[in-house]
Amino acid sequence: MIGETLRLKVAAACAISPSLRHLRLVAADGGKLPPAAAGAHLQLVLKGATRTHRNAYSLISRPGARDAYEIIVRRVPASRGGSAFIHEQIKVGDVLEAGWPGNLFAPVRTARRHLMIAGGIGITPFLSYLADFAFGGADYALHLCCREDEQHVFDPWLAGKSGVSVHWDTDGRRLDIPALLAAQPVGTHLYVCGPAAMNDEVLELAAAAGWPASHVHCEHFGSALSGGEAFHAFLAKSGVEVSVGEDESLLEAIERIGVKAPCLCRGGACGVCVTPLLEGEAEHRDHYLSAAEREAGRLILPCVSRARSGRLVLDL
Amino acid sequence: MSIAFKPEETFRGDYSYRNSDAAVLRFPFPFPEDRYMYSVNIEPHVRSGPSDVFLRPFDVDEHYIAECRDKAITLERDPGRCQVLPHMMMAQWDTLELLMESLSADYPEQFSLIKEGDDFGSRWTWINRPLGIEQSFIFGNAETLPCEPFEYITRQAQGDFAICDQRDDNLYMDAGMVTSQADWSLEFDVGMSFMEWHGPVPLAHQSGVFERALKYLLMLRLGQPVRRLNWTMSINPRLDTSPESYPEWGPDRASVTPDNAGQKVHLRVELQTLWRLPRSNAILFPIRCYLASLEDLARVPKWGARLHRVLSSLPPQLVEYKGLTRYLPAALEWLAQHDDGRELPVGTEAGITTLSPR
Repeated sequence: MIGETLRLKVAAACAISPSLRHLRLVAADGGKLPPAAAGAHLQLVLKGATRTHRNAYSLISRPGARDAYEIIVRRVPASRGGSAFIHEQIKVGDVLEAGWPGNLFAPVRTARRHLMIAGGIGITPFLSYLADFAFGGADYALHLCCREDEQHVFDPWLAGKSGVSVHWDTDGRRLDIPALLAAQPVGTHLYVCGPAAMNDEVLELAAAAGWPASHVHCEHFGSALSGGEAFHAFLAKSGVEVSVGEDESLLEAIERIGVKAPCLCRGGACGVCVTPLLEGEAEHRDHYLSAAEREAGRLILPCVSRARSGRLVLDL
Repeated sequence: MSIAFKPEETFRGDYSYRNSDAAVLRFPFPFPEDRYMYSVNIEPHVRSGPSDVFLRPFDVDEHYIAECRDKAITLERDPGRCQVLPHMMMAQWDTLELLMESLSADYPEQFSLIKEGDDFGSRWTWINRPLGIEQSFIFGNAETLPCEPFEYITRQAQGDFAICDQRDDNLYMDAGMVTSQADWSLEFDVGMSFMEWHGPVPLAHQSGVFERALKYLLMLRLGQPVRRLNWTMSINPRLDTSPESYPEWGPDRASVTPDNAGQKVHLRVELQTLWRLPRSNAILFPIRCYLASLEDLARVPKWGARLHRVLSSLPPQLVEYKGLTRYLPAALEWLAQHDDGRELPVGTEAGITTLSPR
């Protein structure tokens, strides 16, 4: 169970609503997929005509499934193009590259009860939670807030599951969040996943109601993405200029043009790749440099950190 | 790949444990330089490295059968060496799956796993030929195994195992099978957070090593395990050097002389790996222990000389923390005869492929 990238074949693709598309993905070589946890996401590499997108989507397949991964993608008009690509370009039989599943939104195993509040497509991580809780016999409740015309869209994944309530914006159907939060027993963990405004509202209400921060969990769409703005770096010792794309790290860009750079963990922890920064301002994302070193601005860890603006000059 | 097991050797009593020449040459020697360096020496756990022990994610060697038997003896005397908190059942199955899949794929002569399906509820049959075990069970149903899944599979694996639950941006040691530890207690540490169980380590806290290590581990990826080597020293080839059994091994430290240090003093290297578990999102922390006497190590000229230099440069706090104070002078005196002061190449490789006769 060691690996970094997967090749996935689209086994099924269908619209479950005018703006939602469901994909079933299997291993392109016919083999087994790595199992994944409740709350896990999959980063898909979507190679469009003009640029490549790397978008993360929650897995809705049952945790531990090794035959197929399933995702549901909402078409976002203002997206960077990834969701439009999935809705317009992808067809059955296509092969996509993906990273191994990651997880930034796992359920808390010590919780006595799990309270989930989902906004629309934000239900996706909770579909895998439900299967997990069914196995462990955990106490839970799921509240889905959605448009009235989408109230049955997720039925195929909710069939036979108790503890699920659906709400929409009509008198008598709205979710009374303060009342819900006030009614929970001690030891409950709250999870929220939805549009930013809804997440913020639930988090504020929970704080106002005295919920400890350690019992409140939120998944922000897109938080799993790495990368950032493209920028340029000049490697002073090597005498070469390298352009760093939105979806690659500075270290990857350096390696791509054949310049050797020492590295070990590739995650900003070990400090092996620390490099003198001769010019430019870094956006530090590592866990290694001290506050004083960041302030001084003379070092950078190219495995995770990027340019805050403009161009960097590295002593490499 | 056939392995010439040594089922009769012992890790207590008459201490008949011995390394073959091949086992000496593949020993994961931990010191690349002459001076001792303290660092977060974490790297990807790939199937390669300066020693053969890195070729497979879970290394099985000639000591497998004897080591599993020693583990059973320790558990018989002290069942508290295996503890699992109730919320860790998903992580127990993750561990069983990872070990059974890895061992059966990497050592098909020794282990087989036959599955009727991958999901919970599927019938699996596990065959462990070295230990003479064949077990059919339902994956996901602990009632169908002789004991809980974590204990079941880690009784059949070399080394110790801890499972860390991840929550509140922290790691908690919420399960463990610990029978070959370097003087730490699962009974004491179970349920502790990352900073709590590392509390006694000297020097590293001030430099922020543990803050960085924790942040890094919280982001550990599925499919991308990492490893590091840790080390200490033991008198006699003893696996169970626990606080609970201290009266049985602690006094041996006073028995070391410059004459017997070569046979008595052992370098104890832990190959520590860290794995993100797929269903539970917990982190599995296997600690695989390798033992070699100073005599074994000195048969590799580079290692004998390097060990002499590294041990000479240890900070006093570390000498105390690792429990070497009593016998380090005798060990250094014994090692000095193998260090002529020549320049040694950087790196941990043995640099030779055969040993001269004993």
